[in-house]
Amino acid sequence: MVPRKDVLLRITDLRIEGYSDEQWNEIVHGVSLTLHKGEVLGLIGESGAGKSTIGLAAMGFARDGCRISGGSIEFDGMELTTTPQSDLRALRGSRIAYVAQSAASSFNPAHRIIDQHTEAPIQYRIQKRVEAQEDAMQLYERLRLPNPGEIGFRYPHQVSGGQLQRAMTAMAMACRPDLIIFDEPTTALDVTTQIEVLAAIRDIVDQFNTAAIYITHDLAVVAQMADTIKVLLKGEEVEEAPTEEMLDTPKEDYTKSLWAVRSFKRPQKQRPSDPDTLPIVSVQGIDASYGKTRVLEDVSFDIYPGMTVAVVGESGSGKSTTARCITGLLPPDKGQILFNGEPLPPRYQDRTKEQLRQVQMIYQMADTALNPKIRICDIIGRPAQFYGGLQGTALKSRVDELLDLIELEPSQFYNRLPTELSGGQKQRVGIARALAANPAFIICDEVTSALDQLVAEGILKLLDRLQQEFNLAYMFITHDLATVRSIADEVVVMQKGKVVEQGPKDVMFKPPHHPYTDLLLSSVPEMDPNWLTTLLEERGTDQIGEAADV
Amino acid sequence: MGDILKLVAKRLGLGLITLFVVSILIFFAVELLPGDIAQAVLGQAATQETVAALREKLGLDQPAIFRYLQWLGGALTGDFGVSLVSGERVSAAIGGRFVSTLFLATYAAVIAVPISIVLGVIVALLRNTLFDRVANVVTLTSISSPEFFLGYILILYLAVKTNYFPAIASLSSDMTFAELLHRTFLPALTLVLVVTAHMMRMTRAAIINLLASPYIEMARLKGVPPWKVIVKHALPNAWAPIINVVALNLAYLITGVVLVEVVFVYPGIGQLLVDAVAKRDFPIVQACCLIFAATFILLNLAADVGAILTNPRLRHPK
Repeated sequence: MVPRKDVLLRITDLRIEGYSDEQWNEIVHGVSLTLHKGEVLGLIGESGAGKSTIGLAAMGFARDGCRISGGSIEFDGMELTTTPQSDLRALRGSRIAYVAQSAASSFNPAHRIIDQHTEAPIQYRIQKRVEAQEDAMQLYERLRLPNPGEIGFRYPHQVSGGQLQRAMTAMAMACRPDLIIFDEPTTALDVTTQIEVLAAIRDIVDQFNTAAIYITHDLAVVAQMADTIKVLLKGEEVEEAPTEEMLDTPKEDYTKSLWAVRSFKRPQKQRPSDPDTLPIVSVQGIDASYGKTRVLEDVSFDIYPGMTVAVVGESGSGKSTTARCITGLLPPDKGQILFNGEPLPPRYQDRTKEQLRQVQMIYQMADTALNPKIRICDIIGRPAQFYGGLQGTALKSRVDELLDLIELEPSQFYNRLPTELSGGQKQRVGIARALAANPAFIICDEVTSALDQLVAEGILKLLDRLQQEFNLAYMFITHDLATVRSIADEVVVMQKGKVVEQGPKDVMFKPPHHPYTDLLLSSVPEMDPNWLTTLLEERGTDQIGEAADV
Repeated sequence: MGDILKLVAKRLGLGLITLFVVSILIFFAVELLPGDIAQAVLGQAATQETVAALREKLGLDQPAIFRYLQWLGGALTGDFGVSLVSGERVSAAIGGRFVSTLFLATYAAVIAVPISIVLGVIVALLRNTLFDRVANVVTLTSISSPEFFLGYILILYLAVKTNYFPAIASLSSDMTFAELLHRTFLPALTLVLVVTAHMMRMTRAAIINLLASPYIEMARLKGVPPWKVIVKHALPNAWAPIINVVALNLAYLITGVVLVEVVFVYPGIGQLLVDAVAKRDFPIVQACCLIFAATFILLNLAADVGAILTNPRLRHPK
């Protein structure tokens, strides 16, 4: 708990409107907050809660199509709602800085990292170019970036995601601001990388006694970073309390539901005891490459009917590539894939319609995986028509049946376009599309990672129900170990294109682990506010640096 | 940089193949022109004998494929044959004309390209303001009016009524460079008016397209002033589409100027081509078409290389 000091930022009854459907609609309904110097406030909530909008408003900024319509934002005695744009601009970058969610897209691809870093200090005449560059290198060193003297002279695409996120934190620090807005800075990162970035952010905020607003949807993360937590829902405050109090004794039902969200768990199934049962899919010694780059090496695992095999690993570990090999999109260089004991032709073009029907996919981004111009009935109807040969009323009743299965009322959704659905509903349509082919095996590629936790849980429950009803086998690609815990029967851990460990879930989650599995498991943030500190002490700083930069 | 050289070599090779295909198309398109060439050249009064003699002289009695190969063989060594009408060598007939066309195109490009890009940046900065709308309306009007109409309007106001510039852009060898610029100003201005709108609007669109990207928001949140957001943060990422449109318009300046040349009686290649088609002077038609095709291929190649050179991902590989 930070002792009460001077108030740095006081937002009172903030109202923000967004322009949609040709009118202004209020999206933030009177939120107030107070931030003291050196204090870290965590803003937490699902998407649409208005977290980012409030964070940007603290800089006097509203995105295009948004406007601050009421309330006051007082920063260090200055009323930002009435300050002219040119004065506001002078605050940004110098006294209030911003760290965006995706550093990879928030760094300008056309300029070197250090030139973007020094832009603000040079513009505000705080430092000359050379001084600013030296300062940047020192900050890079503090943030434990490799080669601090050299890394800034690279272009953003030449640096890994976790390093970029740290470089962006360094950039925010360039003018030693009083306040930094961190907008989901680790959401796009792998768990192992996330730790490094969290530690770096916490260190540097402590060192310079910078106040921060830390925006995230991940409770366990905010618990590590914030002194105080404010929970938001649909543009309104639910409650605010010091971190430990909030974790131990949440008052509101909504907060409790957030806390309890990872409670879904289904009983673990074992492989069939009859030794004659064939696995529905058997991946045998697959090597694969993109061009000359080898991306998979000797990958083997089996998936039995009605079971869920979770494939976990960091980005770049070859999870999705394995899925591409199974579906025939990427013919492997070596090895084979058996379906019910029969080898599948490596290229999907050579597979029969029946073979194609049996293997279906559900994608991560339902937004981009559904054609926005095609109605739901046609999206779901097409595979039913193509594989099942259904026409006319038979087709319509099949689509209705599928909509019922995914718990969307057919009369309401039959004729809608994907753009008229929420994220969770879109993902349900994605599931129905896979189901329409009547497959025996579905590949779920990060199907819940773009969704809020409550919505994600609904999807997991749906997938589980469908599995029981139709005896489906799932290959569940994910980097989220909490999801693995709730739905997997078996786990395959991948790293750098190889399977490092595999086995039944209960065995995999019990020590002893393979060192990489151990690293993955221990990197998942826990609700305990001291988790990060303890973990860093256990690991020692050097080891994390290496782990994060692989 | 080695990769870029390799790419240029590859694209040049492909360009040559394209040119070869185009040469086939041109040759047989000319073959398809109705009527007999010898008859057309000699006119209605010619006797059977003279027509037959000319046919033999031109080799028209031989199969088309044989004549094509003969023509191609000549073209590869720089010999495009002789004009059927004047008897002049094709290379001599085209040479001077082509230089004139190139000069006019360069003149127009030197004015039009910087103006369109600067205007494009300004309208992107002042988007949805009065200035933006006025610039759009004016440039769209100029692109929508036929060139000959624009040309005559310019002649009316800048030559006939005010006498600032000559209405006829005839050239003579003893002119100074300043005189040359003065005399060819009106055709150049006409061309500028025709090509500016396209390039300006593409520059505007390419920049505005990027304004929603996270790195532009980041620049704004760093307190970068609006003009610098556009010029320093958006423009460097918008070059690829702009360069492509510039290349297309440059090609148009060389290959599409027929009407302007006719209006201003400018001795360029376009006029030569029109005359040659009317008179069935097919060696000249074929050579002109090949030059136009080569122009398009070269400018597109230049646009591709330019797009690569402005893309840091390709310029600085991992």
